[in-house]
Amino acid sequence: MRYAMAIDTNKCVGCADCVVACQTENNVPVGYARDWIAEIVAGTYPNVELEIRSERCNHCDNPPCVRACPTGASHVVEGGIVKVTPEECIGCGACIQSCPYDARFSHPDGYVDKCTFCDHRVKKGQDPACVAVCPTKCMYFGDLDDPSSDVSEAMKNRKYKALAPEAGTDPHIFYLM
Amino acid sequence: MTEELLTSGRMNPNIDPYLNIWHWHIPVYLFLGGLAAGILFFAAYYTITGKEKQMPTTVKWATFIVPAALIIGLIALFLDLKHQMYFWRLYTTVRLESPMSWGAWTLMLITPLSIIWVATYMKEVVPGWQWKWKFLDTAETWIIKNKKGLAWALIVLAVILGIYTGILLSAFNARPLWNVSILGPLFLVSGLSTGAAVIIWMTKNHHERKIMSRIDILLIIIELFLVTHMIMGFLAGSEVKIATAQLFLGGQFTVSFWVFFVILGLVFPLVLETLELRGFKIPVAVPAILILFGGLVFRFIIVEAGQFTRYLY
Ligand code: SF4
Ligand code: SF4
Repeated sequence: MRYAMAIDTNKCVGCADCVVACQTENNVPVGYARDWIAEIVAGTYPNVELEIRSERCNHCDNPPCVRACPTGASHVVEGGIVKVTPEECIGCGACIQSCPYDARFSHPDGYVDKCTFCDHRVKKGQDPACVAVCPTKCMYFGDLDDPSSDVSEAMKNRKYKALAPEAGTDPHIFYLM
Repeated sequence: MTEELLTSGRMNPNIDPYLNIWHWHIPVYLFLGGLAAGILFFAAYYTITGKEKQMPTTVKWATFIVPAALIIGLIALFLDLKHQMYFWRLYTTVRLESPMSWGAWTLMLITPLSIIWVATYMKEVVPGWQWKWKFLDTAETWIIKNKKGLAWALIVLAVILGIYTGILLSAFNARPLWNVSILGPLFLVSGLSTGAAVIIWMTKNHHERKIMSRIDILLIIIELFLVTHMIMGFLAGSEVKIATAQLFLGGQFTVSFWVFFVILGLVFPLVLETLELRGFKIPVAVPAILILFGGLVFRFIIVEAGQFTRYLY
């Protein structure tokens, strides 16, 4: 089992509904975000291209954040989801420094927080909140090892990329192009 | 020409617009760790080689700074933690993949050993010093008899500690400035040099000062070489590495790096120490203070600038 997400950059309009849905679902403190929107404008007018991406922790297969953690608070659970146990975290910031995507932040309560792939929902067979709420249905979630899962289906016959693969993290959020 | 403009909707405190998670605590901790490693290295080295008589400051007096430096460093590290109630979690696991973890364990070993080291010299340093309990006297005699063994343990731990202060940073692939293997040796050499500076400053023995000055000159030359090598490595690297080099070649850290660290903290003391050896009258405190100041500035710059360098936007 390997959870992953595929996001169609051609369908995403950057409405940030996923950001708000996550903040509500996961009680993210005000002013913080576990997911966010990046807009990339490339080229020179009139030949410009716009890419909009909904980003979050990539639940990397080779997660430097887990390796950097001195206490084991950052760990990998079933399906490759990277999580933090607040009661083990000392707030040293090593994992924050080690994430090439800056997907983590220091929760006002002291421990480190980040996207959990909504594993509390996934356990019940639901999609993560961001995926469920997307008005353009541009996000697909599921088990990459299962060829009939939403995410595997979405990636079939499509070109896709991951972010900063040169960082060697083997990220598991894919962007369909 | 193609331009790329990135905007991100993320505004997490201390993460955006640039990372600012580690503040003054970490450079202070790295500086004190390096300094302690430097002094212990020389103390252990001259004990192992049986030169305690010729190098009294190195082996004895200067080591009294070490426990204090290590404890203040640990306090700084503790203050930096954001979930301090759980501090003890550091010592419930050993995670070899995490430099933070084996650094914490190294400090746990080297701090008590350095206190033991200092304790064996209490009687010489404080006239009339008596241990309160008899068993401490027995322990002292036993340790003094096995001083070389203790020195071996300390020299190994000192090298690990010195390199660790650099590896703590260089293990972070996500920060292109830190992610260079040369940072370990560079921090070690810099730590040894600050240690030597303290000894030069403290000693009243002419012969000892001469030896340590020679060593320090060599260390500074190695440091200059490593720094040049590091910048050249960035320039020959990938896009993010080139952007990193620019921070020091016209970017916002140019003045602090070249003026305060390279010129005031390395070249200037190098010249002064060389002149002093040639017989010019120069107060030893001047190059020593400059080296210590340069070492501290260097760590502040590296920690701060490293957090400016990232992969995406
Ligand atoms: S994206 Fe960052 S926080 Fe998430 S698993 Fe990868 S390195 Fe860790
Ligand atoms: S901040 Fe917490 S989760 Fe992150 S490395 Fe330190 S102890 Fe681990």
